[in-house]
Amino acid sequence: MSGPLTQLLSAGPPDGAALDAFIAEHDIPLVYREGVTFLYRGEADGVFLRMFISGLPAAQPLERVDGSDLWLLKLSLPAGSRFEYKFEVQRDGAAAWITDPLNPIRASDPFGVNSVCQGFGYLPPEWTLPDGSARAGSFEEFAIDSRHLGRRPVQLYLPARFRRTRRYPLLVLHDGTDYLRYAGLKSVLDNLVHRLEIPPLIVALIDSPDRLRDYVGLDAHADFLVEELLPSVAARVPLDPDPAARGAMGASLGSVASLHAAWRHPGTFGRLLLQSGSFAFTDIGENRRGPVFEPVVRFMNAFRARPGRPAERIYVSCGIYESLIYENRSLVPLLTEQRMQVRYEEARDGHNWQNWRDRLRAGLTFLFPGPLWMVYE
Amino acid sequence: MSDHAFLGPQYRRPHLRECLESLGIIGPLVSITAGWQEREGEIEELRAHVAMPVSDLGLYARAEHVHAADPALAAATRERQDRLQELQDLYRVRLASLMGAVAELAAQPGASPALRRARLSALGDVRRLDRQHLLATQREHHSFAHHWQPGRRPSIVPHVETLRAAIERAAAVLIAGGHVAVLLNRLRLFGVAALARGKPLIAWSAGAMAVSDRVVLFHDRPPQGAAHAEVLEAGLGLVPGVVPLPHAHVRLALDDAGRVREFARRFAPARCLTLEHGSLLRWHRGRLIEARDVRRLARSGQVADVQA
Repeated sequence: MSGPLTQLLSAGPPDGAALDAFIAEHDIPLVYREGVTFLYRGEADGVFLRMFISGLPAAQPLERVDGSDLWLLKLSLPAGSRFEYKFEVQRDGAAAWITDPLNPIRASDPFGVNSVCQGFGYLPPEWTLPDGSARAGSFEEFAIDSRHLGRRPVQLYLPARFRRTRRYPLLVLHDGTDYLRYAGLKSVLDNLVHRLEIPPLIVALIDSPDRLRDYVGLDAHADFLVEELLPSVAARVPLDPDPAARGAMGASLGSVASLHAAWRHPGTFGRLLLQSGSFAFTDIGENRRGPVFEPVVRFMNAFRARPGRPAERIYVSCGIYESLIYENRSLVPLLTEQRMQVRYEEARDGHNWQNWRDRLRAGLTFLFPGPLWMVYE
Repeated sequence: MSDHAFLGPQYRRPHLRECLESLGIIGPLVSITAGWQEREGEIEELRAHVAMPVSDLGLYARAEHVHAADPALAAATRERQDRLQELQDLYRVRLASLMGAVAELAAQPGASPALRRARLSALGDVRRLDRQHLLATQREHHSFAHHWQPGRRPSIVPHVETLRAAIERAAAVLIAGGHVAVLLNRLRLFGVAALARGKPLIAWSAGAMAVSDRVVLFHDRPPQGAAHAEVLEAGLGLVPGVVPLPHAHVRLALDDAGRVREFARRFAPARCLTLEHGSLLRWHRGRLIEARDVRRLARSGQVADVQA
């Protein structure tokens, strides 16, 4: 437990005013080199930390400090870690999941808002923050009436100083709107281009109304990307035709969709950026991840049997607090054996958008290195 | 020899006009923005800032025209660039090994005479490799110039005459930053060093690097790869004895005395000078007469203000 808290509690149960003062003076949860202490104040029958770390219990009880309305939980946590959580507060037979009222740091995802525990030494990378000096890219929108998938909207990110006289690399991004909303994609792209760490590139952001159908290894989705999306984008903006200048990326099932499209259409995407891929497979026995994963397992088993060479260069990342870490680790030697250039990165983080945001620089600069060494403006 | 000036980056907070005023230049001006590649000639902001007539020499576009009209020269240029790239790749491999030794010896505790000698020797190896690489790239350029005689080719001569006339009419030549190799190749192709002789020359960022006598590429914190500064090739040599370091506060770990010392010693006796927003260096007849907001990487490891 942190020194100041131990000191506060050493003289017996603190009164409300002392607790108020303590909370006002400290960032909650209390973070120190070896771990973290969570605090909750309020009347309850029980309070639980609900978190999403594979390998740890999904619910851990906070203990009430006798004679007060203060609840505490001390947790060991390696430096540099980050995870998202909620409190489950039980009272009068009812349970409510709430964000931590004492922690202002939050993260959003399509399912709502979580509190964020930033372990010792973790800081959001500065290149993820809006930078007023970075030239801003812009967006164009259009839709494709796909014979494979029906009508699909597309957003095109055009880099700052876009010129039709130049040919650009293209990155196809699954769950594009979520990357914009939850992973700060616009700022990241603007910053990395401005800093010359990646070349000015065009990003085609796509979304699916049914990810559990489109992103699980569906041939029609792969064909949509290659036969319809790529020509549509090329008709609108000047693209470098070299496969090395064409990439696909996604997170979770979006990674599966990216890998599947590149595998089904080899030679099309020279670059793949795969974050926390849901690469479920079975070496023996049954799939234990539920029926949603059946098509994923079929694809991954087929891929693992005949991986081919879906891309020249692949970046793979996964959080070590994710249940998918085993599948992602397993993928790396398989890709390497096919003589692909593979960069694999693990983070002390979970299956969430800020993890994926924090890995974007490493992934994008590996796949699309910018003119940093040659351009001095 | 005329007045020359180096400036820091001009993006967002330009101070070129101040420099022109201090040089007593009232226009008209010619600009070289070939380093901006496909954005070449987009100088509306520059014109508005200096508030005097500026015409861009269009070297990037001219080179495209030359190569379209002279396929043999274009093919030879591509081959030369391939050879230069190969030289750079091979140099980088050897450099990584030698810089590894420098770093390992620097990290060893102690200061025995043997260790000091080993450190000096390791840095000497790097300096020797830098010299070899510089000479190898110079040989490529000399061989190309000797064989292809760009200054006499019908595809180039009319451009050179147009450029000569434009530069003669101008009060000064501005050379902007951008892609340093692209810029340098265009400056060489049209013989701008000779055309601009006697004219005040104001260069910033990559422009300053291109007119120095040795182009050094640098970044201490790249997102990928080794952070070893590299010699690219010789510059035009109009302002010798200086290694210009645009945006040094972003690109270099200036608070790391060890890296600063290593950098300064590696490129000595040239002076390694930072060029930030607001920086100004001014030479008159080859003598530095003004330095503003410029710092020098010292062999002691310190970063000190430069006084003219």
